[in-house]
Amino acid sequence: MAVTYLEAIREAQASALQQNPRVFIYGQDVGAFGGAFKATKNLAKEYPNRVIDSPISEDAMIGLAIGAAMEGMFPVIEMQFADFSTVGFNQIVNHAATCFWRTGRPCPITVRLPFGGTPGSGPFHSQSMEAIYSHYPGLVVMTPATVEDVYTMLLEAITLPDPVIFCEHKFLYYHLKADALPTEALPANKARIARPGRHATVVTYSAMVHEALEVAKEFSKEGFEIEVVDLRCVKPIDTDTILGSIARTGRLLCVGEAWPWGGVTAEVVARAASDGFGLLDAPPMRVNAKDTPIPFHPNLWGTHRPTAPLIADSLRKLVRN
Amino acid sequence: MEGKFSTGKKPLRDPRAPPTVKAMTTTATQPVSTEVKAADLKTVYRWMLSARLLEDKIAALYRSGKIFGGVYRSKGQEAVSAAIGNSLQKGDVFAPLIRDTAGRLAFGETMHEVFRTYLGSIKGPMRGRDGNVHRGNWDKRLVPMISHLGAMTSVVVGSLVARRMQGETGMVGATCIGDGGTSTGAFHEGLNLAAVERAPIVVVIVNNQYAYSTPTNLQFACDDLVDRAIGYGVRGVTVDGTDFAACSQVMQESVDRARAGDGPQMIVASLLRLAGHGEHDDASYVSADLKESQMGRDCLTYAEEFLQTQQLVPAHQLTQWRAEITAQIERTANEVLREPAPDADQEIWQALASGLDKFQ
Repeated sequence: MAVTYLEAIREAQASALQQNPRVFIYGQDVGAFGGAFKATKNLAKEYPNRVIDSPISEDAMIGLAIGAAMEGMFPVIEMQFADFSTVGFNQIVNHAATCFWRTGRPCPITVRLPFGGTPGSGPFHSQSMEAIYSHYPGLVVMTPATVEDVYTMLLEAITLPDPVIFCEHKFLYYHLKADALPTEALPANKARIARPGRHATVVTYSAMVHEALEVAKEFSKEGFEIEVVDLRCVKPIDTDTILGSIARTGRLLCVGEAWPWGGVTAEVVARAASDGFGLLDAPPMRVNAKDTPIPFHPNLWGTHRPTAPLIADSLRKLVRN
Repeated sequence: MEGKFSTGKKPLRDPRAPPTVKAMTTTATQPVSTEVKAADLKTVYRWMLSARLLEDKIAALYRSGKIFGGVYRSKGQEAVSAAIGNSLQKGDVFAPLIRDTAGRLAFGETMHEVFRTYLGSIKGPMRGRDGNVHRGNWDKRLVPMISHLGAMTSVVVGSLVARRMQGETGMVGATCIGDGGTSTGAFHEGLNLAAVERAPIVVVIVNNQYAYSTPTNLQFACDDLVDRAIGYGVRGVTVDGTDFAACSQVMQESVDRARAGDGPQMIVASLLRLAGHGEHDDASYVSADLKESQMGRDCLTYAEEFLQTQQLVPAHQLTQWRAEITAQIERTANEVLREPAPDADQEIWQALASGLDKFQ
């Protein structure tokens, strides 16, 4: 029986609700309707008082979660789209994120962000928000790329005593499948070698892991073994695994679906340059989306985001450099 | 600035006029009859006086360079604040704002906690990581405010909803905000959410006529902020914020109603801020008319006159209270001034409770 990425998200929430009576889900249309993407399908039926519809008030949704967390609850907030979390931005970065440091009281909230581009979604339903949340201290930012990871990492996010921004990629919701849900997992803050190699390292996360793996497969035919590092969690970032991989390959390409200015790819390249300069045989490179809002039409969108051919072009330059 | 489309200054509402009540159909499960006793008034007065004298001391420490950052005084707002703080009970949740020294003390904050936060003592609840009015203690359900206005209402609702989910009943939440804070989106979202959840919360709006320097006609265009109550579907009531007896009655009744199941209660207290926004601000923009109006009277002076003319407290008792409180303030300040300040070498430079950022 195959499980999709989206079903794994639902199953993780069902499991969390079942395991701990202090877990509750709060968000727009998450109740009887089961959520805009059906990530909470039938959960309200089973847990009617713990799967609750909210008004369209992202700021107040996070505020409610903070107050509830202070009373010992483990709220899971579904943002209908990651893009709308900007309305709740203040409560996330200034309230939830500062709570433990200011008061000594942990704030264990999980904010689920369905993020990333899909064809036809346009400027306000496609954004990648991981960089902006990672900028603020006090938040954990997870970006699972696989069905297995989205399940185990969401469970870990819910129990973690910190506010977690859980970036789940909408592009992976339906087509990414696994045979079964996992029974064991890496700790959420550890990166994973998705494919071992020795000629170059591609560091990436979320949906771009699959683009990078596709490219690595092609390169293998040409005799280049590309190592793909899946960050899994972008804040805190697993610098050791990144540098370990660069030590093996001497070459780094960092790929992200987000915009280029600042962000995860810039952070990885900066760390490689400052902490691992001596390991590098060539200047580190990065590939990101174009620096414009995300276009609606698939013809434009397909070029706006990094794709396998674009990654391959950069990688070719890198291995020949 | 008188803009082309400005409606100009609104006529002032006479604060002595009977309170406006924007009543919704009550959902209280039992009738509410609140009676404020003389003993309550004495208690409220003592918290007002404590706040005034405490802030006098903090302002003096500020002027002598002992305090980092700003000092924000409650002068003129002690009656409203003490009345809401005193109306709550242990187990309730209170999210005060910047001019709530009196309410915080009445709700259970100690003078040690106030001085330790202002002076940055590591023994304080914020341990030098945050200062002045950004203090609180979740163990007492005294919520530490963030500076972004309007953010606290939904947090109080969250605390109440969580406890309701855990099967608890009988608790009340309260939060305070100013006229300027009501213009934020967060305030709207929070109050609307409170109403949707029928949360037992009291939202106290203190209209002190200025948001920093901005007068109310540039802040909102409705005749009276209490008019918004109907729009939110909550009970709203006005009160003269300079009258501690009226404040005590209205606050206690609103808290009682919330506890009895009547849903969110919105109170609009009118008064004039009798200090600058902070001690750095000379408040030269405050209109002379307002200062001379009924709204400009000092709630503390009025309370003292009231307690004496009503023969509730003799003059010598007032003098004695003042001396006792002053001595307590001096004692506490001297103690806290000798306490250690935070040490950057001893600080744990991590923001995550899980410690996942230990090696970052």
